[in-house]
Amino acid sequence: MTLDDLLNNTGEWIRCTGPVCDIVMSSRVRLARNLANYPFSHWASKKEQETILGTAKESILSIKKLKDSLFVEIGKLDPIDKQFLVERHLMSKEHMIDAENKGLCVGQDEVISIMINEEDHLRMQVMKSGFNLKEAWQIINDIDTELGNLLDFAYSVDFGYLTACPTNAGTGMRASVMLHLPSLVMTKQIGKVLQAITKLSLTARGLYGEGTEASGNFFQISNQVSLGHKEEDIIDNIDRIIKQIVGHEQSARETLLSQNREALEDRIWRAYGTLKSAHIITSTETIDLLSLVRLGVDLGVIKQLDRTLINELFVITQPAHLQKLEKKKLGPNQRDVKRAEIIRERIGKQ
Amino acid sequence: MVCNICAKNQATVHLTEIIDDQITELHLCEECAQKKGAQMESHFGLSDLLAGLADLGTQFNKTKTDAKLKCPKCGLTYEDFKKVGRLGCGECYTAFKEALVPLLKRIHGSTQHYGKSPKKIAKAVKAKNELQDLKEKLQEAIQKEDFEEAAKLRDKIREKERP
Repeated sequence: MTLDDLLNNTGEWIRCTGPVCDIVMSSRVRLARNLANYPFSHWASKKEQETILGTAKESILSIKKLKDSLFVEIGKLDPIDKQFLVERHLMSKEHMIDAENKGLCVGQDEVISIMINEEDHLRMQVMKSGFNLKEAWQIINDIDTELGNLLDFAYSVDFGYLTACPTNAGTGMRASVMLHLPSLVMTKQIGKVLQAITKLSLTARGLYGEGTEASGNFFQISNQVSLGHKEEDIIDNIDRIIKQIVGHEQSARETLLSQNREALEDRIWRAYGTLKSAHIITSTETIDLLSLVRLGVDLGVIKQLDRTLINELFVITQPAHLQKLEKKKLGPNQRDVKRAEIIRERIGKQ
Repeated sequence: MVCNICAKNQATVHLTEIIDDQITELHLCEECAQKKGAQMESHFGLSDLLAGLADLGTQFNKTKTDAKLKCPKCGLTYEDFKKVGRLGCGECYTAFKEALVPLLKRIHGSTQHYGKSPKKIAKAVKAKNELQDLKEKLQEAIQKEDFEEAAKLRDKIREKERP
């Protein structure tokens, strides 16, 4: 598998096959692990980082489920390719910086990905379509068990898995779901929801994780606490809370439809119209309009589009994706033109 | 020394900034330092927050968790940790245990891991616990002067301790 193969395929989560995928875009579980006998990545020498990368790579690729994975050394990639991987949620923004001796492994269907020498030696994630944390946990748990048989992980009986930052110690686990909550935003209830979440030791972030803004009504919600609870209990806790948020979004959607149907339909169709006709469009505008159109599809207002196409448009209209598709570097203005062209073409086909 | 910014007042605040290996030294008066401080706040990130917490955790017994505290394995000092918000290696958790326990408590509300453990270690932990149990039973048997039982237990312990 090569990077360009990713471009021509869609990840599992984009195909929108999972449960409740009208509101929950994807579920993700990640584990942080470190090799016991080396300093953490930021404190290790170049030589040690190289050894960590080599050792981790060998073990990862010896696992049956991962033997046909794509493996890339981030330091050898050009900036567009790095950005491309971030846009696909396969690695973090931090992983792009000081990329020497950093690696990334991407499994089939982009469900499993493992960063090497990020903040921790190993950051493995499983991303599934829809509301499906339990399955994501099962998959990552199996991989972690297999890797743990091959590698000595830094672990203490008191503090569990030891991580570079004490905020991740213990289980080393962060479970998150990406929610699309346009109706809670429109009815101005989102503030209350987000406030309540923090009280339950969960945290809300934007599309690309830590430090990113919420855009297009997308919210990534994850556990804050990683020490002192079993993995299954942490997941169960998030599961219950997300179920409630989903319920609130559903009733907000119903309220909007019953009390304000025309205004809502007007906004949805205008968004659709703009996407179908625009010749220049920025990424921010695209995300906002696609969010409305997605709501339109969820509510059965727009019948001629499917969610997979919309999910795909979210992904391929990002800057690095556009440049990969066009096979050349594009300036911001050229990207806005190309973006509009791709959207018109894809929506026109349906 | 006069202030580098206003060139009027006496410089009382001395600031060293390192950006991409470029070291710049600034000598500022109270007033200009405050203005500069406002600009610097925008860099505030998770590691700063953690660093603040790391300090809080130790304010109760400052003498013991001195900033000079150093991890014997990787050489990271507690001061380094407070600056970058990241530890140097797994051993740091033992070296800075006294300071980290209150910090972990603050972050997670707990200091004891429940949950998964690596299979290799799980076996070791189990074996260690079993051995501990046997040793305790042996002491009990000796106290009760049950020497027959004690002999059996001693053999079991030897068996387990054999590499």
